[in-house]
Amino acid sequence: MLLEARDLRVSYGDVEAVHGVSFHVEEGELVSIIGANGAGKTTILNTVMGIIPSRGGSIYFRDTEITALPSHIRARQGIRLVPERARVFPLLTVFENIMTGLYGLRKSTDVPSRLSWIYELFPVLKERAKQLAQTLSGGEQQQLAIARALVSQPRLLLVDEVSMGLMPILVEKVFEVLGYLNKEENLTILLVEQNALASLSISHRAYVLETGTISIEGDAGTLREDPGVRKAYLGA
Amino acid sequence: MSNYILTLGIFIVINGIVACGLNIIVGYAGQISLGHAAFFGIGAYTAALLATKAGFSFWMSLPVVIIVTGTVGLLLGLPSLRVREDFLAITTIGINFIVESIFMYVPFFGGALGIGGISRILFFGTRLREAGFLALAGSLLALSMLCSWWFARSWTGLACFSIRDDETAASSMGISPVLFKLIAFMAGTAMAGVGGSLYAHYMRFISATDFGFPVSVMILSMVVVGGMGTLWGPVLGALLLTVLPEVFRPLTEYRMLLYAALLLLMIRFQPGGLLGEYSVFRNLTRRLVGRGRS
Repeated sequence: MLLEARDLRVSYGDVEAVHGVSFHVEEGELVSIIGANGAGKTTILNTVMGIIPSRGGSIYFRDTEITALPSHIRARQGIRLVPERARVFPLLTVFENIMTGLYGLRKSTDVPSRLSWIYELFPVLKERAKQLAQTLSGGEQQQLAIARALVSQPRLLLVDEVSMGLMPILVEKVFEVLGYLNKEENLTILLVEQNALASLSISHRAYVLETGTISIEGDAGTLREDPGVRKAYLGA
Repeated sequence: MSNYILTLGIFIVINGIVACGLNIIVGYAGQISLGHAAFFGIGAYTAALLATKAGFSFWMSLPVVIIVTGTVGLLLGLPSLRVREDFLAITTIGINFIVESIFMYVPFFGGALGIGGISRILFFGTRLREAGFLALAGSLLALSMLCSWWFARSWTGLACFSIRDDETAASSMGISPVLFKLIAFMAGTAMAGVGGSLYAHYMRFISATDFGFPVSVMILSMVVVGGMGTLWGPVLGALLLTVLPEVFRPLTEYRMLLYAALLLLMIRFQPGGLLGEYSVFRNLTRRLVGRGRS
């Protein structure tokens, strides 16, 4: 198993936001966690990355426990996050933003081939390579955030609300890219989304999160047909 | 050139070196510091003590000064890792006051009398006075800027920039915020030490109040006015804020008022500093360059 969370609990001060959640991601899978606003999706992802400490439970990555490790160590082990609202480095150029993703890895990476692969995936980033990241549009920043995470060839990509604030056509494109990466490049992805329809259409499995607990889990196709899920999240 | 102008030039250059150091901490790594004068002082006191008690020349003591200041900077940087922004500002102010009072009240450091009788710098047997000293200080400033330039282009610099822009995002890219904040602290304080050493050997008498909190505010102002995170900004800031008080000298009582007004105007109209992104100067050069191209 690539990633496993057992009975994960996360609190903000005295308020528990995630109440004992367990989930796992297999190598090569694309797994979604869907749920409404405030269900705790982003919290879970940030806890996996190590940005927020967990109050209880444990996280395993490649069968070793990482619960206590700081996020930069987790990043070096191959977990990369595409944060909510991109969070690119605004005063660095697009190129520099991408290079931060290679920190500590440049000796073991064929940088030029990796870069050309990234630019092929997101041609707009090549055009804008010398621009400051803060001058990019929302959609371009989102692509940059994905590029920054991908350039290191992560073992596990965590994607947080990638559709938020993007126009529908871009949402489609971003999901297309994620689906392609998973299928063709065999990249393992854990996706957190409010846009349940789009994420279920590319996922293998999914978890439905309701106010900090997992209510339903299963095959993405089955969930799409599930009347409860359809009513609550797919607007049908 | 009159000695007055040369002396002013020497102060500009020394302030420029110290401001370059602070720029690494504030401008590159994004860690606010209101205690930089403490490290300027540690450099000056180390040089002064080595000169008066151990008979070290400026050249012999310079590497020691750099190591001592950098190490103390590293150690005092440690508690600062746990606090951010406003609280970091307060912590660094505290560091400044503690260091100043140690110099002031510990007899070893000369106490309230300070340390006098510091030797002049010898350069191949000749004593460096105003012009020679300015040349030496100028080359050390050039060296500091070269270090800054190299730092900004290195991977370490890139890591520092990413922490400045978004610490959380940086750490989820595999960049350790702790490590790079400490590197920035160490490099920045070591540069302040070089400035301090020059100051001690030029003034030949130093006392604790030379390195008090107001000096820290002045150094930070230089960096902010010139443009945080730029190469030339701290030097331009040092030039302006060393010359302006002299120009305003007839207005003694109102000097600080003008200083404050200038800072507020800067924050209002040129928040990135005079040489920062979107500043008047940048836009002007960009327009000129753009016109040249088209």
